[in-house]
Amino acid sequence: MRLLLYFAIFGMVIAQGFWAYTENYETQKALNDAQKLQSQIAEARARLGVLNAEWAYLNRPERLHELVDMNFDRLQLLPLRPEQFGTVGEVPVKDPQSSDLPPALELSELEGSE
Amino acid sequence: MIRKPLRPLALVLEARSQGRNPAEIERENVRARHEQARDRSRLRAESRLLVLILAFLSLFVLVGVRMGTLSMSEPMEPQSAYTGPSIVAQRGNILDRKGRILATNLDTYSLYATPQDMVDPLMAAEGLAEIFPDLDQQDLTRWFTGERKFLWVKKKLSPEQKQAVHDLGEPGLKFGPRELRLYPNGRLAAHVLGGASFGREDVAAAEVVGVAGVEKTFDAFLRDPTYAGEALELTLDLTIQSAVEHVLRGGMTLMNAKGAAGILMDVNTGEIVSLVSLPDFDPNDRPAPPTQGNPADSPLFNRAVQGVYELGSTFKIFAAAQALELGLVQPDTMIDIRGPLKWGKYRITDFHNYGNELSVHDIIKKSSNIGSARLALEIGAERQRDFLTQLGFTEQTSVEMVEASGGRPKFPAKWEDISTITISYGHGISATPMHLAAAYATLTNGGYKVTPTLVKQDYIERGPRVISPETSRQLREMLRDVVREGTATFGDVQGYAVGGKTGTADKPIPTGGGYYEDRVIATFASVFPSHDPKYVLVVTLDEPELATEVEPKRTAGWTAVPVSAEIITRIAPLLGLRPEIEPAR
Repeated sequence: MRLLLYFAIFGMVIAQGFWAYTENYETQKALNDAQKLQSQIAEARARLGVLNAEWAYLNRPERLHELVDMNFDRLQLLPLRPEQFGTVGEVPVKDPQSSDLPPALELSELEGSE
Repeated sequence: MIRKPLRPLALVLEARSQGRNPAEIERENVRARHEQARDRSRLRAESRLLVLILAFLSLFVLVGVRMGTLSMSEPMEPQSAYTGPSIVAQRGNILDRKGRILATNLDTYSLYATPQDMVDPLMAAEGLAEIFPDLDQQDLTRWFTGERKFLWVKKKLSPEQKQAVHDLGEPGLKFGPRELRLYPNGRLAAHVLGGASFGREDVAAAEVVGVAGVEKTFDAFLRDPTYAGEALELTLDLTIQSAVEHVLRGGMTLMNAKGAAGILMDVNTGEIVSLVSLPDFDPNDRPAPPTQGNPADSPLFNRAVQGVYELGSTFKIFAAAQALELGLVQPDTMIDIRGPLKWGKYRITDFHNYGNELSVHDIIKKSSNIGSARLALEIGAERQRDFLTQLGFTEQTSVEMVEASGGRPKFPAKWEDISTITISYGHGISATPMHLAAAYATLTNGGYKVTPTLVKQDYIERGPRVISPETSRQLREMLRDVVREGTATFGDVQGYAVGGKTGTADKPIPTGGGYYEDRVIATFASVFPSHDPKYVLVVTLDEPELATEVEPKRTAGWTAVPVSAEIITRIAPLLGLRPEIEPAR
């Protein structure tokens, strides 16, 4: 009886030792993973910083100005003028009576009829 | 356990037969039994003590060893604790009011050399001279073959340069990581941002410290790791800043001016939306401060907050404001303006002859020196000084730039009557365009004191009242009429009801002794829309001269005013202001 108890205790010690070691190794692995992630985050952050800086550099007003000048033939972009403000009344509204969308040709027909 | 009897029969019989007392046997046995029991309990106590001693000893050893390891081990960052989204030891970014980047950091490398590690110093010198055209091959050769054990070759490298140096394959050339302060917008808002350079330097790292502008003012905040690289948000708007700078630069060239300054300020909060000073510089490559010549001519000089100028007739509105506020006059009160006005040895004259008398309203509209002087004389020196102090003209502005402390206004120590007269039309007192912008904002926003600021805040408290809303309204009508039919007719922008006051001041000769005949500071301080003021714009041109067929035009009405009008035309739509029909008075 007593011998059985001893064996049981011995077995439990072994099992607990084994459990403690696995826990230890798993913790270390988790720590390593965390560290790897941290450094990945730091790298991503650095990359983000570079990309943000590049974005800001590419969008600097000076460059946009040059691009606008270069592509004037195609885009004809001009600075915003006060005359360009419109009112809601100037926006064509869909006729509430008709359930369908007006045909796409309608606008050009209107222009032609004038 | 077999118990030994106290009176064994055999021994008792034997003792009886020999005539001894059998009770002695019993006593002897009791004694032996006691002794045994005593020995056993002592043994047990001793073993318990031993266990306790061992237990305490091992505890003490454990604590001691732990303390020893703690004191001897290298400090280590805790790995398991959550460190948050920020192991950022970088200097904080600077953003505009919409979150666009004005200043950020870029990782780069510096190049240093340890000549004793070099395999072929001559080849290294030749290679470096090829990569960096600004380095001299002979200097490099001399340094690499000399006594020196360590020398910096380049503070900042571009990635291409780094690769090229790397390709030389010279073990004596080494790279140190560096953080580079980058201003992606180049010259834009250069004076506000200032610039940064390296502080204490090491092979492995270097401090980045702000040297001017907000970079210096907020250096501690931007560097402090507790803010974990939090960005500094300014009130500037990149788009507006760019448009103002663009137009102002064009205007400066057109008007042949040697310098210009522009300030756009929110009339209610004092937030500076745009601050331009020309000529400017590239903060990525900040020039060294000038060692000779007038420092005010250096591109580093911020004309908007450092430049202290006599701002001329723009000051007339202050005399009118105070006279109205004190109830001395009404806008239609007629003032005698017959000239010249003689005061001691001084003669005050007007630019044109405006007749015998003008209303207060027309004094501002036509910009009469004599009229302003008369108003100021009624107000008196002391009250005038108090009012200008309230408007902030006797101390530096509190704009969050180190340069602002250099913009200390100049005014007479003894505020005599003649000072009162000249100050009423903006001579004898010098202030920065920033002072003027803040004062105009205060007068036109309904009368609340405005403190200019560059830092975006969630809530800006309204300052104390300086003048009444009614006076403010009357002043706005005067300013509006200056543009409608007075000295600034070129300043009208349809739909934005611009109101403003021109000022053309002769420049004082720096060596003393009077003023230049042909050099002026032309200023236009404007507010728009004048019936519902949103922004104040101050434009100052230094020595403008518009060549015309008859004679060169220098007055603000011909120079600063049209530039301001163009600026307003460009920026008002960008500011989201819809052109409006002015309400009838």
